[in-house]
Amino acid sequence: MSISITLWVLNLVQAALMVLAAPLLAGIIQKCKARLQNRRGAPILQPYRNLLKLFRKETLLAENASWIFRTTPYVLFTTTALAASVVPVFLVDLPSALIADVIAMAALLALARFWLALAGMDIGTAFGGMGASREMTFSALAEPAMLMSMFVMSLGAHSTNLSTMVEHALHLEHLLPSVAFALAALLMVAIAENGRIPIDNPSTHLELTMIHEAMILEYSGRHLALIEWASQIKLLLFATLIISLFVPWGIAESAEVWPVLTALVFWFGKVVLLAVALAVLETGLVKVRLFQVPEYLSTAFVLAFLGMLVHYILEVGA
Amino acid sequence: MIDSALFLAICAMSTSLFASLLSPCIGRFPALQRLSVSLLLAVSGALAMAAGLFGLNSSEAVITLPIGLPWLPMHLHLDALSAFFMLTIGVLLLPVGIYSVGYLKEIVAKNGSIQQMGLFLPLFALGMQGVVLADDAYTFMVFWEIMSLASYFLVTFEHEDEATRKAGFLYLLMAHLAGLLILGAFSVLYAAAGDFSFVAMRNAELSPGMATAAFLLAAFGFGMKAGVVPLHVWLPDAHSAAPSNASALMSGIMLKVAIFGFIRLIWDLVGMHEFVWWWGALVLAAGSSSAITGILMALQQHDLKRLLAYSSVENVGIILIGLGLAMTFAASGHPLIAVLGMIAALYHTINHALFKGMLFMGAGAVMHATGSRDMESMGGLIHRMPVTAVFVLIACISISGLPPFNGFVSEWLTFQTALLTPHLENTLLAALIPFSASMLALAGALAAVCFVKLFGIVFQGQARSTAAAEAHEVDGWMKAGMAIPALFCLLLGVLPTLFIPLIESVPQMLIHTSLSGSVQPENWLWLTPVNADRASYAAPMMLFGMLIFAALIYWRLHGRGKRILRGPVWSCGHAQLNPRMQYTSTSFSQPLKRIFSGAYLPEVHEGTRYGTHPLVVRTVVYAVYIGDLFYRRLYLPIGRITQIIADRVAHEHERGMHAYLAYIFSTILLLLLWVVQ
Repeated sequence: MSISITLWVLNLVQAALMVLAAPLLAGIIQKCKARLQNRRGAPILQPYRNLLKLFRKETLLAENASWIFRTTPYVLFTTTALAASVVPVFLVDLPSALIADVIAMAALLALARFWLALAGMDIGTAFGGMGASREMTFSALAEPAMLMSMFVMSLGAHSTNLSTMVEHALHLEHLLPSVAFALAALLMVAIAENGRIPIDNPSTHLELTMIHEAMILEYSGRHLALIEWASQIKLLLFATLIISLFVPWGIAESAEVWPVLTALVFWFGKVVLLAVALAVLETGLVKVRLFQVPEYLSTAFVLAFLGMLVHYILEVGA
Repeated sequence: MIDSALFLAICAMSTSLFASLLSPCIGRFPALQRLSVSLLLAVSGALAMAAGLFGLNSSEAVITLPIGLPWLPMHLHLDALSAFFMLTIGVLLLPVGIYSVGYLKEIVAKNGSIQQMGLFLPLFALGMQGVVLADDAYTFMVFWEIMSLASYFLVTFEHEDEATRKAGFLYLLMAHLAGLLILGAFSVLYAAAGDFSFVAMRNAELSPGMATAAFLLAAFGFGMKAGVVPLHVWLPDAHSAAPSNASALMSGIMLKVAIFGFIRLIWDLVGMHEFVWWWGALVLAAGSSSAITGILMALQQHDLKRLLAYSSVENVGIILIGLGLAMTFAASGHPLIAVLGMIAALYHTINHALFKGMLFMGAGAVMHATGSRDMESMGGLIHRMPVTAVFVLIACISISGLPPFNGFVSEWLTFQTALLTPHLENTLLAALIPFSASMLALAGALAAVCFVKLFGIVFQGQARSTAAAEAHEVDGWMKAGMAIPALFCLLLGVLPTLFIPLIESVPQMLIHTSLSGSVQPENWLWLTPVNADRASYAAPMMLFGMLIFAALIYWRLHGRGKRILRGPVWSCGHAQLNPRMQYTSTSFSQPLKRIFSGAYLPEVHEGTRYGTHPLVVRTVVYAVYIGDLFYRRLYLPIGRITQIIADRVAHEHERGMHAYLAYIFSTILLLLLWVVQ
């Protein structure tokens, strides 16, 4: 397992890129949405300014907040950033993909959610408990769907290592039916997991239908900044995951200057395209009723399961 | 010269036996009795652990003790399989022993004596250790019954309560039904071998029909004891009725002893070469249904210990998924994948012993502090019991299968086994394996919901009762008892690469294949089943990465020099928030109750009482009851049918003397006819 220093350095660059570019993606989506709604919208860099502002503000805690409430922003940010650093962005061969494979990546995100839900329960307000209950319930349905769709890809690649999976996807000659199922499932899960319309509305507060925001109502200052930033990283993580696993064209297979630079451009272009698509989707759709969410998620789960079944029955022997 | 590991194991058994014999003699000094029984249990656990660790590395050792029937002395032996389960027993018996020193103090204060507990708790430990060491069917059954009977008396410890007596009766009934089935399985093997010793049974030739009969009897017998759905109905009642230290042992180890029995009988005595494809499929299906049913039922409980008991059903299901995968691959000629599945199952076995033992000890601590098992009356305990809260949190993270703790490692290994599935000719299997994998994923995610609920409702928020508001931290013994498994949970989570080579001797013994060079972890950092391209997980580096990231954030982003202000909880302008406004355990799991209402079939009792005028509502009653589906839909109908048949038969007794003479006459006639033929 000899891994060159160059690869590790590129790996770190990738991780830093994921963390630093995440607010930009949020800015692009916001801008697109504003334009689609005939508004001028805030500048693309506004999310950075918001984060900066929150970091400068003072932090207020509820009287009975325990240490779990105080550590949650740090745990959340750490685990999300760590999960983001194992996904190939512009280079296939990623040494950190050996540390945590795709199952471990999903588990890291689950750990983040576990802590966030605990933080929601910590103060003992009705909103926090409500958010925690809904978030955990829906993620319990979304997580198996995500794992299943990942498994479809890893069965084809004979590996759960993300680097190997991306490499396999890069050399796929034609679209396999199981891959189509997996892609559909993962797209649906990505929308749900990031709390976007039609599952949750990221831009509302104080509505009885909210999920994610209900858990973090009590946060302020730098704690809130870390949580917001972590959720932006998570969105970029899912976008990159979809891009690298299903449309990896252009990603660099060797650590040389030119391929890496073109791969970066390709990646950026694809992320922007996804952002525009998401903005269109969010402008065109409305949030569904809370108890229609399970149906949506079970559809994703069934799609992923069908993908796996199709793979085992049709593709393994062939 | 007796082997050192076996010697240690026999010492462990003798210590248990000594503790149970000593206990009645010093019953007049409760403090001494409590201290000696608990500490002797801990010593027995430490000895069992040592025996297990040595035994895993050494070759099989046999000893024949001149006790038992005249023509059938007691055969004991220690091979890799028994060593692994000795280790599992020891690893929990040690902390539970230490915990009991503190825990029994309260029971002494409440009941005045611990006579029953002092006698049966060590006897229970002795039974489990004996089952694991047994080398002939007779010894196995004797210790098995000691284990069952001793645990019956532990379940009925608080026999003043009618529900406890009922739980105990159901437990006794099903334990003996299980014992009968296991006896049946051994009889089949005896018929083939002509001898009770395991050596003879191992070498006996079995016809396919006999092998199948033995498999089915063993699957149902051990499955009943392990709490596999739908044979689990005794488990939630029994585990919640028993005192917490006993339920920690019952849930943490006794269920595992049943798993041991199954592996011993099917993998070792019947042998891998007899496997038929549907055996594995049956185990896989049973495991999947247990995992899902167990966790769905656990989600709807608000009795702390019932919740944990149902979660044990789920975890036994996960173990069986690993075991079922191993059986499937062993039967279809893929021994290497079978080894991986077996390791996943064994890893989860020891994991579950650790975190479930810890959770039951935590539940005991919480009950000790609040005097209640009802989660709806707790809350905010993290402020009152900070140390217990940390240990329970570690257990909750572990059992939810989240890194960097041990639960994740075994679930990861199980997933890897399922993903290694090669092309299988059998369509049913090809569909069943992805189905089990998806059920495992769903069960894992639901477990996270369940344990967020447990921790959030019990330890966080505001106290929902005065007892919870005035709760106090437990004493040092109980804390130490919970600290040991917490440490092991972290160690097994971070250093799986040191532990897997150790337990690999078990599949080596049973499957005669080893993960060999290509599969052996390359070094202590990377866990790489099969090879590094396939999959790898480096827990130490992940933990290291987490710490580095966290330190970086803290250093860069933590606002220095800025004080954190504390303020009142934001209340939407409401004058005063009270604890009753919080989400409760029931409301937390309400969405899932609605989503899975088909599986719960909740019974809703609604009623409105009006006053003098139909517009004046006096009282509104709303009650939801979710019972065990299998109990209502399977066991009660069976009971009812039995009752109807018994009633019919009872009618025949009401005839006069002449009818009885006719019965006797016809019986003699039938017997004569049979003899003549």
